[in-house]
Amino acid sequence: MNESMDFLLWTRGTAFDVAVAIFVVGILIRLFEIISLGRAANLAAPKGSEFLPGMKTILTRTLPEGGTFKRQPLTILAGYLFHIGLLVSLLLFIPHIELFRETFGFGWPGLPNPIVDAAAVLGIVGLLAALWNRLTNPVMKLLSDKEDYLVWVLTFLPLLTGYLAYHRMINPYPLAMGLHILSIELLLVLFPFTKLMHTFTLFLARWYNGAMSGRRGVES
Amino acid sequence: MADLTTGTLGDTLRRNGVSRRGFLKFCTATASMMALPPSMVPVLAAALDNAQRPSVIWLSFQECTGCTESLTRSHTPTLESLIFDHISLDYHHTLQVASGHAAEAAREAAMQASAGKYLLVVDGSIPLGNPGFSTIAGVSNLQILEETAAGAAAVIAMGSCAAFGGLPKADPNPTGAVAVRDIVTDKPVINVSGCPPIPVVITGVLAHYLTFGTLPELDQYSRPKAFYGTSIHDRCYRRPFYDKGLFANTFDDEGAKKGWCLYKLGCKGPMTYNACATVKWNEGTSWPVESGHGCLGCSQPDFWDAGGFYNALSIPVGDISRTASYAVAAGVALGAAAAGINRKTKTEANRQHSTVTVDDLEKTS
Repeated sequence: MNESMDFLLWTRGTAFDVAVAIFVVGILIRLFEIISLGRAANLAAPKGSEFLPGMKTILTRTLPEGGTFKRQPLTILAGYLFHIGLLVSLLLFIPHIELFRETFGFGWPGLPNPIVDAAAVLGIVGLLAALWNRLTNPVMKLLSDKEDYLVWVLTFLPLLTGYLAYHRMINPYPLAMGLHILSIELLLVLFPFTKLMHTFTLFLARWYNGAMSGRRGVES
Repeated sequence: MADLTTGTLGDTLRRNGVSRRGFLKFCTATASMMALPPSMVPVLAAALDNAQRPSVIWLSFQECTGCTESLTRSHTPTLESLIFDHISLDYHHTLQVASGHAAEAAREAAMQASAGKYLLVVDGSIPLGNPGFSTIAGVSNLQILEETAAGAAAVIAMGSCAAFGGLPKADPNPTGAVAVRDIVTDKPVINVSGCPPIPVVITGVLAHYLTFGTLPELDQYSRPKAFYGTSIHDRCYRRPFYDKGLFANTFDDEGAKKGWCLYKLGCKGPMTYNACATVKWNEGTSWPVESGHGCLGCSQPDFWDAGGFYNALSIPVGDISRTASYAVAAGVALGAAAAGINRKTKTEANRQHSTVTVDDLEKTS
């Protein structure tokens, strides 16, 4: 009879523990696997250093590239919009910071709610634009497979349910809150086994690209 | 024992020196609190004026008497308490004069005299684990509830124990406690939750019942919507601080002194539906958040098991730090094992001078 409350307690209890455990174990296995694989020894004499070109590429690949922007402005715009919106909502919303504080033992200052609210809207708009781009741009459509759409849904649901819960657009509130937490648990569980891993591997990959070019003495 | 012919509610109020003006003011306030249109005020007044004394049987099971304390402890007589006095409370452990066999006889007499018409109020949860966990005159709570509910017009589950199981049902629920609604399924059951519930809610429900002969509109937890329709958070006077991101971090810091939001100190206002923020306690003096303490969420089901009272609502119920530490340990161990296997595969491939094929490159993930 207390379904919504039981549901909320389950998402905040057992389900959260399970999801976090799968997430952490999965991420660590993946990272260990990737890093421990290493590369075959390069026997050629290096023509340049690896470290600095690697660091430089981390920066340059993080900034939008002019040519891509001209050809595919929506990819760049939607990408930035969504990532900034998501990161602000995730990392600077006070209730989220309280969760991080409880988990890691430290927190950081947050932003007032209306600003986070606006960021969440930007994130949602950005994701919708990215989906529209993926569906209408012939190249993007050809490149996309099932996993891309799955990952889109996994990312979209927490933003959407969070927005609905914050604005109390689903009743009762324990149900709204439970759905929000459940959507994050779904994201956490599938995170290590999908493209979402880029969150942890992107800087590694960018550094590696730059380092390889640096070693060969070419610009990346 | 109850005398059912002592006149109407109007007579009782006039006898106690309540003026017509005072009575109408009460009717107007009650109507507005219960979200009735202004045109209903005269109807309410006329109905209450002529209302006969309803017979009420009050059963106490696994409870702490806090609900009775809440409802009876008003320091100055108010119209609410007079309405409460007006009802014919034929059986109530704490309040009745009779004891022993006489008390049980009073209950049986009331059940017979007003069969099908009396209101049954229950506070406390019902243990199903063993009938001996809680008995009255040697009769188990379950049996006495089933017996008494059979002839009741409606059942009011008073307080969170009766409404949702409350403290006795808290994990690990040693007595197998259940709520009234788990037992009584063939009668209207109205939940007046809270630990304890706000007194005016019970008089509001009684006024509604006396006026219309029906129970007010209920929410999904069978609580009167008029009182449990909005969350504490939405009616909280500290809400602007929540929106601005201004929080008290401890109970005696600058934020606490300035009356900022208590979310970080564990306030459960966002998930709690009750009228504390508007009706307040002790005749409108104050309420928990106003006195500097976060809402415990006492009118919600399972509030005892909803995580620490002083943990922010967004913090999971379990020990998330411990879960994460175990997961890190397991992840590192499994990751190292995976790395070992990879290393072996690689060494083997090197030894046999294996080459990378197109199939290897096609592998996703």
